[in-house]
Amino acid sequence: MSKRRATVNIEVCVACGVCANQCPRGAISINRGCYAQVDVDRCVGCGICEKACPANVITLLDIEDMEARNGK
Amino acid sequence: MANKKKNWYDYLWIWSIVYFALGFFNIMFAWLGLIDFILPLIFALVGGNKWFCNHMCGRGQLFWILGRNAKCSRRKPAPRWISSKWFRYGFMIFFLIMFGTMIFQTYQVFAGASGLKQVVKLFWTFKVPWQWAYSGGPFPQWMVQFSYGFYSLMLTSTLIGLIVMVLYRERTWCTFCPMGTMTQGICQLKANGDRK
Ligand code: SF4
Ligand code: SF4
Ligand code: SF4
Repeated sequence: MSKRRATVNIEVCVACGVCANQCPRGAISINRGCYAQVDVDRCVGCGICEKACPANVITLLDIEDMEARNGK
Repeated sequence: MANKKKNWYDYLWIWSIVYFALGFFNIMFAWLGLIDFILPLIFALVGGNKWFCNHMCGRGQLFWILGRNAKCSRRKPAPRWISSKWFRYGFMIFFLIMFGTMIFQTYQVFAGASGLKQVVKLFWTFKVPWQWAYSGGPFPQWMVQFSYGFYSLMLTSTLIGLIVMVLYRERTWCTFCPMGTMTQGICQLKANGDRK
């Protein structure tokens, strides 16, 4: 399993749902029509959503980096 | 996705082709396009969600099928400004003004101030003769004028969507689609309202 996870820049996300439709793990949901939300426990870091997002707002981050970021 | 069970609404892309085909033969079918205007707003206003965009929009599905499955898209990220707030809201306002202009033209025909123009106007500029699509019927003239205006709007926006689909990613249109912007805006207002 990849050590990376998808993260969404929710400021620019247009909530189109393309990522959610494409994710093979069903890890993405659209939160109240506002932005995409990734369930990091389900995400396997495949990057399919990243390449599908028309606004190009999904980035794959290393799990360690994410934890360091959240720890702050 | 290949292994996901298909739902009936996964085939709505067929509707978006049928819509333009019907309007080609009889412009009055253009009225059916109002469904694609009203449904997403109902979802947003009542449900506070973008379920229409996320699951039901035939146009979005069509761009995906042509762009991804038929490989008609370069699949390159679009320039940042296309999905920026000012461009999205700017385009939405422009679109609404154009919609208002179209309603006004419909009103003028209704009021008898101008005659029926049987043309489809592309990109709000190019007039394409389309008189074969209407040769009289039980409808008042203003209803026919609205059909022409609305069909023009639908065709123009689909063409813009196809262009950005080819140039950038499959569903780049969805980043600045006025309906998408409007429904997300409504959802954000609703979500903020609930938080207070
Ligand atoms: S990286 Fe793959 S598994 Fe993770 S959210 Fe994106 S599509 Fe789903
Ligand atoms: S595809 Fe991109 S813009 Fe669309 S909902 Fe997902 S993250 Fe947001
Ligand atoms: S953004 Fe527009 S084209 Fe895209 S899914 Fe929503 S209504 Fe359809």
